Amino acid sequence: MITEKRRSGLKNFMNRNETVGYVFAFPFIFGFICFSLIPILTSFYYAFTDFSMGSKTVEFVGGRNFGQLFTDEIFTKSLGITLKYVFISVPMKLTFALLVAFLLTRKTRLQVLYRSLYYVPSLVGGSIAVALVWKQLFARKGLINSILTQAGLSSINWFGDRKLALYPLILMSVWQFGSSMIIFAAGLKEIPSTYYEAARIDGANGMQSFFRITLPCLSPIILYNLVMQTIQAFMAFTQAFVITAGGPDNGTMMYALYVYNQAFKYNNMGYACAMSWFMLAVMSVITVVIFRTSKFWVFSEAGD
Amino acid sequence: MKIKKGIVKTLYHIFVIAFGLAMVYPVLWMISGSFKDNSEILRGSLALIPRAVKTSNYATGWKGFSKITFATFFKNSFLITAVATFGTVISSSLVAYSLSRIRFRGRGLWFTCMLATMMLPGQVIMIPSFLIWYRLGLANSYVPLILPYFCGQAFFIYQMMQFMAGIPRELDEAATIDGCSKYGIYSHIILPLLKPSIVTTVIIQFYWKWDDYMGPLLYLSKPASYTVSLAIKMFADAASKTDYGAMFAMSTLSLVPVFLIFLFFNRYLVEGIGTSGLKG
Repeated sequence: MITEKRRSGLKNFMNRNETVGYVFAFPFIFGFICFSLIPILTSFYYAFTDFSMGSKTVEFVGGRNFGQLFTDEIFTKSLGITLKYVFISVPMKLTFALLVAFLLTRKTRLQVLYRSLYYVPSLVGGSIAVALVWKQLFARKGLINSILTQAGLSSINWFGDRKLALYPLILMSVWQFGSSMIIFAAGLKEIPSTYYEAARIDGANGMQSFFRITLPCLSPIILYNLVMQTIQAFMAFTQAFVITAGGPDNGTMMYALYVYNQAFKYNNMGYACAMSWFMLAVMSVITVVIFRTSKFWVFSEAGD
Repeated sequence: MKIKKGIVKTLYHIFVIAFGLAMVYPVLWMISGSFKDNSEILRGSLALIPRAVKTSNYATGWKGFSKITFATFFKNSFLITAVATFGTVISSSLVAYSLSRIRFRGRGLWFTCMLATMMLPGQVIMIPSFLIWYRLGLANSYVPLILPYFCGQAFFIYQMMQFMAGIPRELDEAATIDGCSKYGIYSHIILPLLKPSIVTTVIIQFYWKWDDYMGPLLYLSKPASYTVSLAIKMFADAASKTDYGAMFAMSTLSLVPVFLIFLFFNRYLVEGIGTSGLKG
């Protein structure tokens, strides 16, 4: 009698919403605390210390790390380079993705094939293999230069000039427009064709209906892509690490690469943590600005 | 009128194909480079067809470095990718079920935390995470590359939640009336119906993990434990002259699994990215 009661008590307990919820959510809660929350808090603490690996003592240095950021020439340079990279590559990538998505809306039997073809760069772009190919394409005697010389232009020393070295990296990011394109394509499919018909009856040409119908209807998706790609561009690491290693003369010292170098090359863990917090702040500001301005250009159907 | 339409259509196809080929040209160039002689690659020739087909690049590349062949590197990559992907699917579906179907106290809080981790740049937690694993004595192992994936990945949790929202609740109710517990509903109803979303998760997570460079770079220091991406980079780091042919040969091989999956599951991938707005 008693054991049965107890067993049903356990059964009841196990089937309570609270229990079920926490049993199923446990992996996330565990992971969130161990792999996100604790590291974030530790990182915040380290940002105010002179911590380095192997040192026995950790000294609290207050805001010194943050103060050092503004006297560190490479830091300010890398911040500038990263902002340049973000502000050029993201708009170009999105424009390109949108144009290609629009180009591929035409219904043909080959549509799936075409979309796959244009997705290939995104498919392989993150791999180290393609980064190495890119390095070779823009080499002194690489493919790009042989196209230039064949066209009668002089060849360019892409990775030898600190002003130019960033552009192959920007181009590589733009080249990987595939996933944004697919997201745009899904959005384009949702625009009712009656809108376009109505516009045509009213005498609108292709350009007008693109700017007056397509763009406003897509604006929520543009916002989504803009935010996601901006965050991703800020974190760009592998390309710079593999292709240029930050050179020449720190001309491609992307922020994430500099953080990595400070932490794992120079063992300035505390300083590197301060840098990553500063990056988080910059990214948050930019994201907030995007969201704030979005109400002026994102068209929502719930509104008027 | 009909002829004009035909011309426009043909021009459209020619343009789309030509432009598309220009886009995939670097990839084709890499594949052809894997059959070229080093001197031909270095000359920067535009040609996709090698002057003399040199298949020995694959043999020399496969030999790897200091007696560790690419068989080891591929095995390592497959192991890490497969286990991490498996973990992602299981844990993300469990968490998605709790957040989308169970009304428990604290659900809102955990949902917000999940969204927050989705936006959080990895670099902020990279250094302290490394230090924690280092303290635990696990910095030189596969554990940091695998274990976090058994704790649910925010992107996939969110994607699965959206998919679950489309599974009618009447199914849950009917199962409850038939005496099915909440655990049974997950395993007998939700999980089988979640299949399309699971396929998308498997593909995308496989890609991310397979291509991952920074993780292995941080945590793997012994060449015998290297993944394919770290190993390929070693060609470029070699103190002596870089063997471009061998490097491109192994690069091409490293992309074979990526292309095979794309070929077979293309539809799932395109739909998955389109509907859930996953980054890539």
